[in-house]
Amino acid sequence: MTLWEQSATEITTKTRRGELSAEETTRAFADRIEALDPAVGAFLDRMTEPALERARELDALPAAERGALHGLPVALKDIISVAGSRCTCGSRILEDYVPVYNATVVDRLNDAGAVILGKTNMDEFAMGSSTENSAFHTTKNPWNLNCVPGGSSGGSAAAVAARLVPAALGTDTGGSIRQPASLCGVTGLKPTYGRVSRYGLVAFASSLDQIGPLTTSVEDAALLLEALAGDDSHDATCATRPTAPYSQELGGDVKPLRLGVPNAATSEGVDPDVRAAFEAAVATFASLGIAIEEVTLPATEHAVACYYLLATAEASSNLARYDGVRYGLRVSEDEPLRVMMGDTRARGFGAEVKRRILLGTFVLSSGYYDAYYQKAQRVRSLIGRDFEKAFERVDAVLLPTSPTPAFRIGEKVDDPLSMYLTDIFTITANLTGAPAISLPGGFASDGLPIGIQLVGKHFDESTLLRLGHAFQQATDFHKKSPTIAET
Amino acid sequence: MTQTDYETVIGLECHAQLQTATKLFCGCRASFGAPPNTNICPVCIGLPGALPVLNRRAVELSLRAALAVGCRVNETSVFARKNYFYPDLPKGYQISQYDRPLAEDGVIVLELETGTKEIRVERIHMEEDAGKLLHEGFDDASSKSGVDFNRSGVPLIEIVSHPDLSSPEEATQYAESLKEIIEYTEASDTDMEKGNFRFDGNVSVRPRGTTELGTKVEMKNLNSFRFLAQALAYEVDRQIELIESGGRVIQETRLYDPGADKTVSMRSKEEAHDYRYFPEPDLPPLTIAAAQILEAKENLPELPEAKRERLVSAYGLPPYDAEVLTSSRELANYFETTAESSGNAKAASNWIMSEVLRKVKETDATLAELPVAPAALGELIQLIDDGAISGKIAKDVFEKMFATGDAPGVIVKREGLAQISDVSAIEELARGVIEANPDQAAELKAGKDKVIGWMVGQIMKASRGQANPQLARETLIRLIEDA
Repeated sequence: MTLWEQSATEITTKTRRGELSAEETTRAFADRIEALDPAVGAFLDRMTEPALERARELDALPAAERGALHGLPVALKDIISVAGSRCTCGSRILEDYVPVYNATVVDRLNDAGAVILGKTNMDEFAMGSSTENSAFHTTKNPWNLNCVPGGSSGGSAAAVAARLVPAALGTDTGGSIRQPASLCGVTGLKPTYGRVSRYGLVAFASSLDQIGPLTTSVEDAALLLEALAGDDSHDATCATRPTAPYSQELGGDVKPLRLGVPNAATSEGVDPDVRAAFEAAVATFASLGIAIEEVTLPATEHAVACYYLLATAEASSNLARYDGVRYGLRVSEDEPLRVMMGDTRARGFGAEVKRRILLGTFVLSSGYYDAYYQKAQRVRSLIGRDFEKAFERVDAVLLPTSPTPAFRIGEKVDDPLSMYLTDIFTITANLTGAPAISLPGGFASDGLPIGIQLVGKHFDESTLLRLGHAFQQATDFHKKSPTIAET
Repeated sequence: MTQTDYETVIGLECHAQLQTATKLFCGCRASFGAPPNTNICPVCIGLPGALPVLNRRAVELSLRAALAVGCRVNETSVFARKNYFYPDLPKGYQISQYDRPLAEDGVIVLELETGTKEIRVERIHMEEDAGKLLHEGFDDASSKSGVDFNRSGVPLIEIVSHPDLSSPEEATQYAESLKEIIEYTEASDTDMEKGNFRFDGNVSVRPRGTTELGTKVEMKNLNSFRFLAQALAYEVDRQIELIESGGRVIQETRLYDPGADKTVSMRSKEEAHDYRYFPEPDLPPLTIAAAQILEAKENLPELPEAKRERLVSAYGLPPYDAEVLTSSRELANYFETTAESSGNAKAASNWIMSEVLRKVKETDATLAELPVAPAALGELIQLIDDGAISGKIAKDVFEKMFATGDAPGVIVKREGLAQISDVSAIEELARGVIEANPDQAAELKAGKDKVIGWMVGQIMKASRGQANPQLARETLIRLIEDA
């Protein structure tokens, strides 16, 4: 088996044992990026030279000091801070911004021996579902270069799908890991809110953002989560409760587990191929001896509205700091202060970001706060209660990830509402904070991948990963790669 | 209508900087006076991705302040973002508290000439300070402004009164009283010159006897008691004159200019910010267990009122002395140490109220900076009480203690100032005076008591003030009678 066909678990295990050198692995993936990324456009910045240097250092480490991700090349969504490397967030306003500190997840990856190979493209400030909102370029779906990879972590999903890296990190505020994972045929995990530190993750919507891995299998997702998860004294919203040895808990019997299927899971608006793949997945789980139960989640019909009120409200505040004063873009420098700030933001932000800042500012404005923000918070609690009730009877809920397979580039750019609706199945997990994972669940008639999604109980990533792993033991969708990967 | 036909309504907001070593949401030092932008980090300059983590010490100090003014502490309070754009505000929002503050419903009792009056404290909430704009002291300051973020993120509490204050004088008394209480809790050093304790005021006037509040004007940055009193008085007059001349007070924010002694408009209601407050998603709600509140209550230092009562009951001081000596916790401590080491509380009080406070005033020093420590003053008082030196000599010794920092015993010995209480030495001095002044001696023997004072004075003069005057008098009478 060539290197790129191997999983992250295989690569790091062999490198740790000395069967592979970190330098060779890093070079091999760097070469793939060099050869294939011009067509895919997954990366914003490559870090080949520092990565090779780092790999050589890792190769020199004695066996006892080699970490759980030893020699594993990874890519990071360009919204995660790495000291000394620019972090654009896909935005002109941060085009030249270079962080002075590492995100906690970056320290954890480094401690575990991973090699950071580059920063991936994304929708500006993680606002979007197609990566078309990047201020720099459009990333293509490796399965069909005329299609979007999904978003906002489209660069990370495309990079893993084309096997340009064995694993990548993305962030998920309303589905931004799971939806592109679904559209690119890879595995994408959004951990429980508070499971992974957000320190150094540039905020979009603070109460919803969560970092997670995109990989080619559940086993790899578990491996990455193990390295990333856990309390952080720099993040007050990070959970103190202990983590689990996720990768060692895979396998085992899933028979006593119960899976909930919402009665309206595949209602109108869901593509027939997606519906078929979803129903096939239900059958697969049933064939594993898992009990399938119907659950009702009535409040979720308001999830999209609720999400676009809360996420934009938080975003309008989080993005206020980009004012041209301290870092990032500054235009009209010689004009009065207000003009400088206004012009900087007018020039620096793209249309979608501006739309959401305006929405969020409106939602929080005096006189509207109760009707919008406050009401949305109440709906958020109701959605949480729906899931709590469901979880009294089941261990996880199965949903489609995205209502459709990847759509064509440009197809939805002028229709924000239809773009927003692509998040309809993923948003609820962000609103409730629950962990959720998207798994390759089949292919559409035109060959594009389709994802299915499991939503778990808070901090019960273990069950979620065990179920996902069992599914991948019974199916081979996750083993397929696009033709471009083989060239 | 005339001035007296109007009633003044004032509410004060006080910002007190908490005395923590580090900032409210990061580990940077909260100290004053460091070179610009040396106490900063990703959190307090609002770098992308940085997150706040609450300083528990700041919570403890806020809790203490809240309990000291009799507030009910909320077991759950919520941080909120106050959103506005300004270059000294690095995140584009200030982390504060809004609809669920740390504490509510306190009271401060003022002793007015007309009796006591309760001023209700509406709320106390925690928040972070902003940075500071610099217009000088750096290269190209003529064409640019700078921002110093050392202050950004420094912990503050805001103490908001109800509009219960009826005059600028009452407002000033409330402000002084509040400062005294907060200083006692050591939650803040209340240093007004450094801006660690500052006031904003809301002022309105209404025809006497009416209940509806007039349009209020907010006054910013009243940074000393004098400016507070002047600014409020100016503003009350301005509003009354405006109404009397047929005008109308508009809701606005005004700034006091101490140089011109007047207030000028800063922004009108229309220009006021919509702060778009919402709960800070980066910080979980602040929960304070009932046990912690109880513990803080028990550990609360003695507050001014209780201390005044104790100084009267335990030391037997007149209420006036107790009032003066409790004007600061430092002064009260100075007194108590002096009283303990001298064993003479009234003398300690007299010395402090006259000599020590005079020195503080003359030298503009703090008590801690005075070269005379309270234990040394106690020793001096003891020397007087033991008859080792006279009260008159003691005044000189005190001056020398102040000049040299030496202990009174050392000075007395070095300068040979000890009081002469030795009988034979006094007898010798008295004989000398009798011999040199035979006429006066004869008058005294003849029963003319009037000259005795003069003759004792001669003994004191001959002894350079060191003779024990009581003993000198007794000895003189005895020698004359025996002669």
